[in-house]
Amino acid sequence: MTEPELRELALRVLRKIAPEADPARIDPREDLREQLDLDSMDFLNFVIGLHEALGVDIPEADYARLSSLDGIAQYLGEKVPGAAR
Amino acid sequence: MPSLGADMEAGTLVKWLVHSGDTVRKGDIVAVVATEKADVDVEVFAGGKIETLHVAEGQKVPVGALLATIRGEGEPAVAAPTAPVPAPPSGPRAIASPAARRRAAELGVDLSRVSGTGPDGSITLSDIEATASGGRPSPAPAPDRSAAMRRAIAAAMTRSHREIPHYYLGTEIDLGAALRWLAAENAKRPVTERILPAALMLKAVALAAREIPEMNGFWQDGSFRPSASVHPGVAISLRDGGLVAPAIHDADRQSLEELMKQLRDLVGRARAGTLRSSEVSDPTITVTNLGDLGVETVYGVIFPPQVALVGFGRVAERPRVRDTAILPVSTVFATLAADHRASDGHRGGLFLASIDRLLQKPETL
Repeated sequence: MTEPELRELALRVLRKIAPEADPARIDPREDLREQLDLDSMDFLNFVIGLHEALGVDIPEADYARLSSLDGIAQYLGEKVPGAAR
Repeated sequence: MPSLGADMEAGTLVKWLVHSGDTVRKGDIVAVVATEKADVDVEVFAGGKIETLHVAEGQKVPVGALLATIRGEGEPAVAAPTAPVPAPPSGPRAIASPAARRRAAELGVDLSRVSGTGPDGSITLSDIEATASGGRPSPAPAPDRSAAMRRAIAAAMTRSHREIPHYYLGTEIDLGAALRWLAAENAKRPVTERILPAALMLKAVALAAREIPEMNGFWQDGSFRPSASVHPGVAISLRDGGLVAPAIHDADRQSLEELMKQLRDLVGRARAGTLRSSEVSDPTITVTNLGDLGVETVYGVIFPPQVALVGFGRVAERPRVRDTAILPVSTVFATLAADHRASDGHRGGLFLASIDRLLQKPETL
């Protein structure tokens, strides 16, 4: 998967959790949880959603790298086997 | 019509999931009822055979109204209710005036296909005519759920502030041991089985409520009625505004895994609007967690007829003195809002101390 595809997938998972969010208004560099008002349960569901879609296991210790959309795309690019960088 | 929250006065029977003659077991979901806050799956409180359904779909009836007659195994037929409600002549949810019904018959319009735009979704003459002329599909104006929820919250909270002499206590709890234990546990678990600190705090509150029963129960008819079971209501904010606090049953007797699973399920269903009647009708104490928003300290308002609410703020590393050094320590401010009619500050203090003590031994939760 390419980085734009990973980004799109992350947004799809987020839409299920925060259906009212407008992806066009997300600043990819800024804190995602703040922008979308995600609580810790929402964030856990997001990580579970990524796990189910990509088969990646994201340890809690890596959560800090998932704070922004840019960070998520980069992190998934490293974790998903065969992802184009 | 069950009471699905302290301030519910009436509910609308949206849908029956059983028919006359069906056999039901206690706990089966038999109907969907709309309150001001949510659509709720109503569970039946006794088993037997459904003899009569007394309320038609779409009808709004007061709390306490007879919904159905159930005959238990081998029981004589239960006497018919004094005023059975006739089923509407057309499909479900059709509330229409006689004039509108006549016009519908003249024009050959099936009332069940018309979305009403009148009060309470009732069908008006112009709805009938618009449908007959093939004009606008007359989309039902979505009932303004958020305005109704605001009214329900306003009623409950006004009653709380008017009737309940609140007292407030707060304590800072060291979560170092709990978070270290949780991090080690979660590192061993697949992502789908990870436990959030909120589940740990919920369990600690439930166990503490069992120890200090004055916090767990209801103020009713001028006296405190402790509850034998601990059903903490978990405050869940809805994404489009508003708040529900459905119960997790017997939280004091569940493992952390079970609690976490239920918490996830409950948050999901609360936000999807599919709560069950037993969950919304019988919380015995409320827990609210606003730490994710960066709130330091919660000053809660008790949900009547309950007598206590526990609030948790943000978990953060704060500089604290340990022995002779200043160290970064993960702590949370826990607060108690309690009903002074049911308990005094001393018992409230013991309750908070008990939550603190329990959180120091996370492996025993």
